[in-house]
Amino acid sequence: MAEPLIRMANIRKSYGRVQALVDANFHVNEKEIVGLLGDNGAGKSTLIKVLSGAVPLTSGDIFVRGKKVNFRSTSDAIAEGIETIYQDSALVTQLSIARNLFLGREPIKPPRFLNRMDQEAMNAVARDLLRQVGITKNIPPTTPIGSLSGGERQAVAIARAMHFDSDLIILDEPTNNLGVAETQGVLSFVRSARDSGHSCIFIAHNIHHVFQVVDRIVVMRRGKVVADDIDPKKTTVAEVERVITGMSDKEIRDAIADGRESHG
Amino acid sequence: MENRSFVQRLIARPEFGPLVLLIVELAVFWSINPDFLSPQNISNILAFTVELGLIALAMTLLMTSGEFDLSVGSLFGFSPVLMWTLYNSGVTSLEVGLLIALVGAALIGLVNGWFVTQLKIPSFLVTLGMLLVVRGTALFVTDGFPQRTWSAEGSWLANILVGDFYVGPFRIYASLFWFIGAAIVLGYVLTQSRTGNWIQAAGGNPNAARARGVNVNGVKVGLFVLSAVMASLAGVISSLRTSAANPNSGTGYELEVIAMVVIGGTALTGGRGTIIGTVLGILILRVMRNGIVLIGVPGLAYNIFIGAIILGMMALHSWLERRHQAGT
Repeated sequence: MAEPLIRMANIRKSYGRVQALVDANFHVNEKEIVGLLGDNGAGKSTLIKVLSGAVPLTSGDIFVRGKKVNFRSTSDAIAEGIETIYQDSALVTQLSIARNLFLGREPIKPPRFLNRMDQEAMNAVARDLLRQVGITKNIPPTTPIGSLSGGERQAVAIARAMHFDSDLIILDEPTNNLGVAETQGVLSFVRSARDSGHSCIFIAHNIHHVFQVVDRIVVMRRGKVVADDIDPKKTTVAEVERVITGMSDKEIRDAIADGRESHG
Repeated sequence: MENRSFVQRLIARPEFGPLVLLIVELAVFWSINPDFLSPQNISNILAFTVELGLIALAMTLLMTSGEFDLSVGSLFGFSPVLMWTLYNSGVTSLEVGLLIALVGAALIGLVNGWFVTQLKIPSFLVTLGMLLVVRGTALFVTDGFPQRTWSAEGSWLANILVGDFYVGPFRIYASLFWFIGAAIVLGYVLTQSRTGNWIQAAGGNPNAARARGVNVNGVKVGLFVLSAVMASLAGVISSLRTSAANPNSGTGYELEVIAMVVIGGTALTGGRGTIIGTVLGILILRVMRNGIVLIGVPGLAYNIFIGAIILGMMALHSWLERRHQAGT
């Protein structure tokens, strides 16, 4: 079998005595959308933070196209083509759309020693990208992020990942706090990102959103990957929920009944 | 129509409020005492204004990155003391003394930055501690007495830093050009350079900036060093101009400088800063200090006016900010 785009092997991460990841194994193939699911505290966020270079792993290996990598910072991961879009969109609200898009990679106007940003080029690219991600409103690229809606902010973050041609785009709760129309917009981008050759990891609390777009579902529980080959076309939401909680149907029903009794 | 939108854009700028305030101040003082705009008084205002101004310019960048520095006033006093002590004891020439004072200040800035970025201690506490260390050192090495200085006239160093000449009836000090140069360079850095983008991002959302590979800690440490070096340079310039090196000089400057910066429209919380605003803020406070005395208000009442200006300008900036966020 061909080497996957990303392979994480026996990843351990502990915070003091707390074991956030216990021998987690995880992979993403080329041009694949993986839905990463799990209850709160299952280890999804930690796994993503390790993969994006935001936190160092305690032990284990990460391979990008078979090559072992060592991420000491998020910029290391970005350099390997791994782009993460966090819940807060990782944008600076005081800066303009264009300045956010190019943050950390601003194009420089010659002569280089003046260190001068090429703001015209930045604005032109930004204008183009906003159209591509489907923002039809005429928003100038010099608008500060602070005056954009939640969906528009997601769109800017997504546009940034597209522009810098990342191999893997990690979307952490991208549909949180979005309206129905904006959610559909984000989901359609995820599809078009795959169609144009990117892989995605899609994390969302709303399992229905995950079912709509992903090729494969991976479930984590208590720091471990407990299922990594669930085909959303061959299963149901209820089935996946059972894997997430680790309980049988009856146990779930009992837990709900217990909850009712204790509240009543 | 074009004109109107230009006016609207002008009004929406954070520097507009400070500009109006400065004009009102000048008009009021001038109408009460016409001597206020005499060449001699203008020369007087400018001489000291640029010395505090150098510190305020560096502080603008530091505050935009989300930090501030309370140790600048103590460095303003300490650096000239160090320079003159080295010179008087025959250890170094004046020039080398200045160099050592500036390097010492840079090291102090480095320590400030290290505590803030590596130990994650708020800059308020770190630089308050450093204020006491530096001021204490200045008082200890001098026994609290002013250092012996000589009239620095004729030294090339003094000529470059504070040499004076007359333009018509105006007495101009070379330090004015250093100030203008620093304002242009730092204004350029903040608004045009990619470093400026990083400074704003470091103050606005440091995690987002880090995630994009921006060296947030490096930016902040660099700005702490800049702030310390500028405070040191300002102290030396002031000392050369007045031929005095008092270990107590600069007491309270840190707050006056921070007030100048926020009055100009830079956010205390970081993410947004303006050099033009700071230049206006510097002039507003220095003109106020000078004008109040000139129109006969007791000098002790000065702080009442300064406090009122800070409160009024903060209210204006927060109102503009909310309008801005609402997209109007």
